[in-house]
Amino acid sequence: MTMFHSSPADKRELALDDFRRADVSEHAAEAIEQEGVSAWRDIWLRLRNNPVAMTGLVFLLLIIIMAIIGPMLTPYDYYSNNLQMTNLPPSTEHWFGTDDLGRDMFARTWMGARISLTVGFSAAAINLVTGVIYGGIMGYIGGRLDEVMNKISEIIYSIPDLLVAILLVVVFEPSLGTIILALCVTGWINMSWIVRGQMMQLKNQEYALASRSLGSPPMRILFRHLLPNAMGPIIVTLTLAVPSAIFSEAVLSFLGLGVQSPAASWGTMINDALKTMIIYPWRLAFPALFISLMMLCFNLFGDGLRDALDPKMKK
Amino acid sequence: MSTEPLLRINQLCKHFYMGRGQTLKAVNNISFSVDRGETLGMVGESGCGKSTAGRTILRLYEPTAGEAWYGGTNIYRLKPGQLKAFRREMQMIFQDPCASLNPRMTIMDIIGEALDIHRLADNRSARRKRVEELLYLVGLNPEHSTRYPHEFSGGQRQRIGIARALAVDPKFIICDEPISALDVSIQAQVVNLLKDLQKRLGLTYLFIAHDLSMVKHISDRVTVMYLGQIVEIADSGELYSEPLHPYTRALMSAIPVPDPDIEADKERIVLSGELPGPLNPSSGCSFRTRCPYATSVCAEREPEFQETKPGHHVACHLV
Repeated sequence: MTMFHSSPADKRELALDDFRRADVSEHAAEAIEQEGVSAWRDIWLRLRNNPVAMTGLVFLLLIIIMAIIGPMLTPYDYYSNNLQMTNLPPSTEHWFGTDDLGRDMFARTWMGARISLTVGFSAAAINLVTGVIYGGIMGYIGGRLDEVMNKISEIIYSIPDLLVAILLVVVFEPSLGTIILALCVTGWINMSWIVRGQMMQLKNQEYALASRSLGSPPMRILFRHLLPNAMGPIIVTLTLAVPSAIFSEAVLSFLGLGVQSPAASWGTMINDALKTMIIYPWRLAFPALFISLMMLCFNLFGDGLRDALDPKMKK
Repeated sequence: MSTEPLLRINQLCKHFYMGRGQTLKAVNNISFSVDRGETLGMVGESGCGKSTAGRTILRLYEPTAGEAWYGGTNIYRLKPGQLKAFRREMQMIFQDPCASLNPRMTIMDIIGEALDIHRLADNRSARRKRVEELLYLVGLNPEHSTRYPHEFSGGQRQRIGIARALAVDPKFIICDEPISALDVSIQAQVVNLLKDLQKRLGLTYLFIAHDLSMVKHISDRVTVMYLGQIVEIADSGELYSEPLHPYTRALMSAIPVPDPDIEADKERIVLSGELPGPLNPSSGCSFRTRCPYATSVCAEREPEFQETKPGHHVACHLV
């Protein structure tokens, strides 16, 4: 700031000629200097700066990649018995050891991951579609229809889901399809309530009214305006619905209602290992470790995602 | 030019059922007309039903009773297909420039939606050209059409809202407090833009606001609402120089004058009491509970809406 402390001798009168007219047009004054940032990019930038959520995401991706390529990394397959090699501890030959029929635990763990992930993602996807459609209609149309539909969903929700699942598995064959179906009977209710709440809140936003005053049909407003703005809570609910479905599958498998041998899921592997837990702890350790790790990662990632989607919510 | 008004509202009511036998009479029996090319101001305090009236006229809310004649058509008798075509005639500019633009859409898509719905653009390049034209019209840089709403300032967003309303070439625009969420310097910018567009495009405005000096600046005629009813309609100059209804007089006395000497001597009518809840309005004149001149007749009968001078209507027993 030296220029303000200059000596009086430097002082000189400013004449009008000393000023030049800045050439700023009306349109140039409206220019935005910063590079354009879409909402999704903004979310990714925030998520990237959250080390906990990124750790969760990296481990999840590792588990998914291993589920795809894991069984191919070992010469052993997941179903061949070898009664001379039962209950071996982890070694360079069998990385995770073998089970009571001499099957390679490494191959079985990643085959189990495939089944657990398939169940988790398909159940969550079906629940997502059902919940969004049902909840969207409830919340957007409202009134009497909302009351009736909401009561129906409350009735379905009041049925104990484990009981329904057991009943379904007993009536039908215990297979992957039956398990997914069992998890979808009540699983979508939560999603539909989240979407309903969002729709009720968003439908009176002025941009929805503006779209209506332009002549948009209701479905266009629902899918173009309301659902994209409800994506945050929907995605967060989804990231918590996947591990919950995986866990339910593990519970069913643990009860002996899961996929049937020789196919394996983490739940059935834990169930098999339980009887000999004290003598052969590694048989329990690997599936238990991975299912815990995956649950943890989904939760960490889901939390981080929620903060990234709605920074105002973070306290 | 015909003397037939562009829009004629007749005995419009909008009641909301609040449950437990209670009805909120947000808009109660209002009638007025708007001539082609004029700006009709609509003032009143918060919660008096101004915005509800505007939204009901546009049929964003279904009316409880009444008629709205636009030229020769009754807006409330339009079938869904006709209503969609009618949307091109009448548009709305919303109050909150943050909430009225979908944060997940680019400016191109926000304005382009109007073109998509009414199939006003044959292909993508025509659509882009039209959106850029509209942005230029409202004084924005057309290059910003790929930006998202949060990248703009409040005044810029409001102009995007104006561009969207103009996209379908409407003749009538309801401005629902378009400036109340903006800074004073930006308010003038937006109001001048609206006046300029009115001149260039021959628009007719219903201008809802609670800023009395701004309404005076932009309106040809002004209606004053109180608790869902219109208490006075007059030419803008006359309403401000000779307000007849006690409520209008109180409102006018509250306009601040940018001169401390005048402001110090000015007599201000301060209304006693609170705004009664619209759920259970009092008998007779709705304003009598706060009116300094109320007499017994005010409690007995509802005042009629009478014309005291040509073009000056007022609902008060004492006039």
